[in-house]
Amino acid sequence: MTEQRVSYTLDSTLETVDSAEQTASRIAAESGFGEDEIMQISMAVREVVVNAVLHGNAYDPGKKVNLDFETTNNDLVITIRDQGNGLDPAKIPDPLSPDNLLKTSGRGIFLIRSFMDEVEIRPSKTGTEIKLVKHVRGPATGGKEASQ
Amino acid sequence: MNFKTSVRQVDGVTIVDCSGRITLGEGSVTLRDAVRELLSKGHKKILLNLGDVNYIDSSGIGELVSAFTTVRNQGGELKLLNLTKKVHDLLQITKLYTVFDVKDDEAVAVKAFS
Repeated sequence: MTEQRVSYTLDSTLETVDSAEQTASRIAAESGFGEDEIMQISMAVREVVVNAVLHGNAYDPGKKVNLDFETTNNDLVITIRDQGNGLDPAKIPDPLSPDNLLKTSGRGIFLIRSFMDEVEIRPSKTGTEIKLVKHVRGPATGGKEASQ
Repeated sequence: MNFKTSVRQVDGVTIVDCSGRITLGEGSVTLRDAVRELLSKGHKKILLNLGDVNYIDSSGIGELVSAFTTVRNQGGELKLLNLTKKVHDLLQITKLYTVFDVKDDEAVAVKAFS
């Protein structure tokens, strides 16, 4: 995998969600991941950006979403930042709990954790930064998580 | 690919042939409107054919759950038909595969409605 880093600053719109997903898919393909992993990476990015646009920035045109892709010899590292009030991972309910199974929302972070090898959620008063890591030869599902 | 639906009737069951992506925005809204319209017309046996749905995100999954519970709450039944591998896998990891009644044969699915 060739080492490189690219960054994007995106508006808080639904179009940003599709654009981020497509960019993630392209970079994952260029990084040598297989079809299933490309889908997992692009969907994880999509879910993070959905959270950033809807819940973080709340469609505020004055707030941006920053998207960084860094490829190293071993990993694809994706960092997404919003300018919202900060996502508290401790307050995210377990979507697999019988009480939550029929809820119509709340599965995004779960899918992100399922699809990526490492997930770090760093909330602050000025926004949330989520770092996603996919190992070049990492496990397909069942990633580790490190929340801060 | 935009999300599209077309509706047909087979032995009293309304089959909704779906194609494209069920994602936040247009896809989810289109599915929601289709199910609501069917219910408003009294169609309460609904079979969602997802054979041509190649992508679904968490919002789309939520929309399927919403459709399922909305139909059930109005005394109807909603079943899923012909899941692609991607959709199947997503319903498995979210533990929804056992919540939905999922079929892979249309004739069998139609007969399964009470």
